[in-house]
Amino acid sequence: MLLATAFRTTIPVMLGYVPLGIAFGVLFSELGFHWLYAGLMGVIVFAGTAQFLAVGLLANQAGLVEVFAATLLLNIRHIFYGLSLLNRFPKSGWRRWYMIFGLTDETYSLLTSCSAPIGHDPVQFKFLITLFNQISWVLGCTLGGWLGSQINYSTAGIEFVLPALFLVLVIEQYRQLPNPGLFVGALVLGLGTLLLLSRDQMLLISCSLAVALLLMARGGQAWKSP
Amino acid sequence: MEIAISHLLIVMAVMAVATFITRSLPFIVFHKQSEHPLLDYLGKYLPPVLMVLLLVYSFKNEAFISLAFVPELIGLLVTLILHLIWRQPLISIVTGTGVYMVLVQTAILA
Repeated sequence: MLLATAFRTTIPVMLGYVPLGIAFGVLFSELGFHWLYAGLMGVIVFAGTAQFLAVGLLANQAGLVEVFAATLLLNIRHIFYGLSLLNRFPKSGWRRWYMIFGLTDETYSLLTSCSAPIGHDPVQFKFLITLFNQISWVLGCTLGGWLGSQINYSTAGIEFVLPALFLVLVIEQYRQLPNPGLFVGALVLGLGTLLLLSRDQMLLISCSLAVALLLMARGGQAWKSP
Repeated sequence: MEIAISHLLIVMAVMAVATFITRSLPFIVFHKQSEHPLLDYLGKYLPPVLMVLLLVYSFKNEAFISLAFVPELIGLLVTLILHLIWRQPLISIVTGTGVYMVLVQTAILA
């Protein structure tokens, strides 16, 4: 009963995760690995945008520090998800850590909008939602990896998946916060750092500057607790 | 493209750790819901800025002001327009990348 309700709750996410996972798997297969590795990545990383990022970074032969930094930055929004869920997660136990591990954008949206049927364990319900979401994702990734391995085509230009992904994320951010000045400012900061300061350390330098500028814009009041 | 399996596994591990850090940090650092205004402020303004920076970063090895950048501009334009119309990330990303791959592989603009 709880199993069935939890599964039904995750169907909308499944409809999104399976095709998205397939797209990831197809792209990933162009790197030349066995298709099972696409599924493995869904198991151990379980982060949609970060896995697309991985395809681009692997294709560009990025270093490990770059991989680490880029993943942190891309997923930094998750910190703010966690903040709003602190009181809703169990305080201990292995399910707590699995649910934190599986806190994707879509899992977050389900966990904050659905609750367990009356009389059932809410922790088990949240755990099952996270688990079903990951199963859909891994299925999609594996299927895509397999499909991609069956077709053969030239992979030149595959790295464009990275800017395309980031552009989509920028548009989504803009829909939530339509503040043209902020976006133009960030663009100027990024291009300025890239062209005037450093190409190789662009990410680190521009992010530090962004945080510093945001804090300065906010002024001294930010430092006081209410 | 030849990449060693060991390198792939290390990249996956690094990525898994980085992702887990971002997901677990609030649970480790804060024990009750935080309403610090500074966190709210950064939570609101930092993510959009970071996305723009990541977009610029993905072109870090390109010459922006040259004809060589035209395929990138077209790819971005296709992605942008599709996303504004349908708002389906999958369609926007895959089509944009596909158009770019065709442009680069056929060297139509070269």
